[in-house]
Amino acid sequence: MLSEAAVVVFDPADNVATAKTNLATGDDIGLNDVEGESVPLNDPIPFGHKVAIRPIPEGAWVVKYGACIGRATRAIAVGEHVHVHNMVSVRGKVRS
Amino acid sequence: MNEASFMGYRRPDGSIGVRNHVLILPSIFCTDHVVSQIAAMVRGTVAVQHDHGCGQLGIDIEQTERTLIGIGKNPNVAAVVVVGLGCEQLSAPYIAAKIAESGKPTAHVVLQEDGGTLQTMAKGCRIAAEFVREASQLKREPASLGALIIGTQCGGSDATSGMAANAALGVVSDRVIEAGGTALLTETSEFVGAEHLLVQRAIDEKVAGQIIKIVDIVEARAEAMGVDWVGSQPSPGNVAGGLTTIEEKSLGAIYKGGSTPVRAVIRYAEPPPTHGLVIMDTSSDDVASPVGMAAGGAQVILFTTGRGTPVGLPICPVLKITGNPRVAQAMAESIDFDASPILKGMPLLESGQRLFQELLQVVNGKLTYAEIFGFQDFSIDRLGPVL
Repeated sequence: MLSEAAVVVFDPADNVATAKTNLATGDDIGLNDVEGESVPLNDPIPFGHKVAIRPIPEGAWVVKYGACIGRATRAIAVGEHVHVHNMVSVRGKVRS
Repeated sequence: MNEASFMGYRRPDGSIGVRNHVLILPSIFCTDHVVSQIAAMVRGTVAVQHDHGCGQLGIDIEQTERTLIGIGKNPNVAAVVVVGLGCEQLSAPYIAAKIAESGKPTAHVVLQEDGGTLQTMAKGCRIAAEFVREASQLKREPASLGALIIGTQCGGSDATSGMAANAALGVVSDRVIEAGGTALLTETSEFVGAEHLLVQRAIDEKVAGQIIKIVDIVEARAEAMGVDWVGSQPSPGNVAGGLTTIEEKSLGAIYKGGSTPVRAVIRYAEPPPTHGLVIMDTSSDDVASPVGMAAGGAQVILFTTGRGTPVGLPICPVLKITGNPRVAQAMAESIDFDASPILKGMPLLESGQRLFQELLQVVNGKLTYAEIFGFQDFSIDRLGPVL
């Protein structure tokens, strides 16, 4: 079970959770891998930032509020920080 | 007094003000300083300062005209003195005549025709003083919440905006609409990535098409600049606060409007044609967007912020809401309502109900921090170049 004190998940379809407090590398917030093994945080997750709660393949949608908020620019593992370094908007771009 | 009513100032056109200002309004930027001098001399007046009114074309000058007239007609304004230079595109007599159609006391002075700068200032002061004497006699009387138009705005967003502040404001938008009032949802660039949800809530195909069209236009306008939105939408502060993409920001932003059907889409500074939830097509500028809503008749702005901001308007209370517990303390002198208890488990509806009570107090006369500290920001969205 994800810790409700640590993170919030807005929609069952989401593959990211949002930190409700500053979280540190190694924190156990109740994340599990696909085999059900406990996964500590890979990265520090600042207050308000996102952490992957499911594996997100490269190019896949990042889903928050039950809607697509962009694409992963590389594979993102459970427990990793999800932000500008590994995902990108698909809107507001100059079409080449 | 029950929850569906408030005490406000009844204007000759039937609209209800939540404040009782005498407005000194420049028809052109050339008179900004004269306007500020008149307002400094005459207690009970507020001054607008802007950089519009000449060298503008087509829909751009029309938008400025609509804004200045709308600000004059706003129910929070008891009377208006328009100050012109004399050679500008938007003349003071014209702006004053359009505002006077609302039936409120309105006058104009013109520097090039009224004896020069100092004499015009003196004339403006005399007129403003009489208007203040009259306005000071007006009393608040009971009014229905159906007369209320709330403007919703977010600025300096972070991840708590979508988690708490915008969600609580959405509850308030729903409550105001349930009571027969109107809520305005603005900032078209912050529909990008969430427009499908607004389209689903459009009352008919016409409104749905208008939503798609205004989003297409804002994207095309940005694309014409030849650059991506990265670095602008979301802003550096948004990104630091955990918002990664415009889609994510937008999905949190549209919570402000609540959950009711979208009944109309209107231009910047246009009065809403119906009660209920209405989209006004504005920029995401934290000042120009609220000014557009005030010009459309909004009596109060509910402004959510995750990073914190002090902005206020000359004629409307701007009720500031944060969902960020650190900002609620660090910028306490700019924050009227703390929605961050939602993050600690307070039910959203409870926070929304408390915010609704705060709104009722503010429309009944409780001052917001932006008013107490005298913030009188003013800006108008531009649609074209100045020639």
